[in-house]
Amino acid sequence: MSRVTLIDLIYLFSATTFVLALKGLGSPKRARLGNMVAAFGMVVAVVATFFRPVDGHAIYHVPLMILGIVIGLVVAVPVARFVKMTAMPQLVAIFNGVGGGAAALVSITEFMHIKASHPATYVALEVLLGVLIGTFSFAGSAISFAKLQELMTGRPVTYPGQQVINGVVGLAALVTIGWVLVSASQTMLWVLLGLSAMLGVLFVLPIGGADVPVLISLLNAFTGVAVAASGFTLGSNLLIVAGTLVGASGLLLTRLMSKAMGRSLPNILFSAFGATVTASGATERADGRSVRSGSPEDIAIMLGFASRVVFIPGYGLAVSQGQHVLRELADLLESKGIEVFYGIHPVAGRMPGHMNVLLAEANVPYEQLVEMDEANTELQTADVALVVGANDTVNPAAVDDKTSPIYGMPIIHADLAENVVFLKRSMRPGFAGIENELLYNPKTTLVFGDAKDTLTKMVAAVKAS
Amino acid sequence: MGNALLQYATVFMLTIFVGVEIIAKVPSILHTPLMSGSNAIHGVILVGSMTILGAATTNAEEILGFLAVILAALNVVGGFVVTDRMLEMFKPKAKTPKAGSTSEVAK
Repeated sequence: MSRVTLIDLIYLFSATTFVLALKGLGSPKRARLGNMVAAFGMVVAVVATFFRPVDGHAIYHVPLMILGIVIGLVVAVPVARFVKMTAMPQLVAIFNGVGGGAAALVSITEFMHIKASHPATYVALEVLLGVLIGTFSFAGSAISFAKLQELMTGRPVTYPGQQVINGVVGLAALVTIGWVLVSASQTMLWVLLGLSAMLGVLFVLPIGGADVPVLISLLNAFTGVAVAASGFTLGSNLLIVAGTLVGASGLLLTRLMSKAMGRSLPNILFSAFGATVTASGATERADGRSVRSGSPEDIAIMLGFASRVVFIPGYGLAVSQGQHVLRELADLLESKGIEVFYGIHPVAGRMPGHMNVLLAEANVPYEQLVEMDEANTELQTADVALVVGANDTVNPAAVDDKTSPIYGMPIIHADLAENVVFLKRSMRPGFAGIENELLYNPKTTLVFGDAKDTLTKMVAAVKAS
Repeated sequence: MGNALLQYATVFMLTIFVGVEIIAKVPSILHTPLMSGSNAIHGVILVGSMTILGAATTNAEEILGFLAVILAALNVVGGFVVTDRMLEMFKPKAKTPKAGSTSEVAK
């Protein structure tokens, strides 16, 4: 068996670990093991690559290669390890972006390398797709990162003629692709790179911060496709399998996520959702109804009389890092014989599953976490629904107001409980920028302030009583 | 159009079905780790980056190849570490089995 065959067999092994890893990620018990299996497969593939001859000679630039990998390790490990949990979505965005960038660079460089031998048209097409999709993903991820990191506004950026401009740039990219196919011009390849980056930026600008997780999932799938395109160019089954796996599963995942938000993918991508703030943000409305606010101590008393409490966490909890105090409160209530559940909306927070990750960090047993449908059943018999930093996911407008932008999104019906308590920083509307009727419901009490501070005061008050 | 292309196209088509099939029933709580995990997997572009750097014969190819290796290494390493960090927190709590009802929690 030749060395190349042996290494290709090793690649086959790695590709298999990737399939097994994705399979493992489908169940909470095997997910972590699955991820490690894929990491192992990746290390094996990278090591094997050092020994695989290219163009009939041993690979050049081994020290440079090792240097590049070491740079990657030195930068990525501390960043990935120590960045705050709330910053997870932007981390995924940026690591996805660099992957797309790498795929585009691989395609370009391979084109420069084989250009002299006049490659077939389909090879050029693979290169062009790799450049287009990879760069698009890179630029799009960079903007998503900026939105999530709040380096720029999280609201959709819109301007007149937006769709037309996007259309023109897209058309220009297609024309450039045609040009390169005919002329094999390397200069035009760089033009395509520029146009793809522009397209990525323009595409992401009108998408609101609340929808960015779905967008990242889509860009993730795009990077997968770009990697698969590079695999075609390089003639690598490993890249084709891994890239296609990510592309296909990523697209499905994107659909599942948008379904969980009760909206269609085109609606998320093109409707500039949340561009206009329809909420007034006032504590009193024109029709004279006003909100009722209470102190943490009032709520502690209310909780003390309850026999069943449902916590409904949202992004505000993540921001204030109040998850540990929330669990402390839950433990306290349980020690008094009060039943406690956490009702988890699938899109609460800034990414699907955000709340699960956050609460798991605080060692909340996952038996106490109930998904939306079950939460709605529990709420029917609950005495208190404690909404901690959530807003849009409990907004009844999604059910009764046909004109509301979030109409049709499944919500947690906090209003089913005897009493509703909102812990809010201010009257500012949620991420979707729409008013929440539930705040004006007579059942509702608002406690203003940072969620963590309020929870700490409530814990103290419950302890004292 | 050579046989090689046909072979790659075959692999591509079949992998699409595998990709869709294996994640069709993922619970929503795992959507984010799954996204992050597949993000790490497309970091396999590192192997492609190494291949082009290993074949580079001009300065331009060397620079672009080196850049690609750095970006891809960031993708791979960051992807796996972030995913592991998320999944670390999904450990089931030893004292309460999954099948157990809520009653045993309330003590």
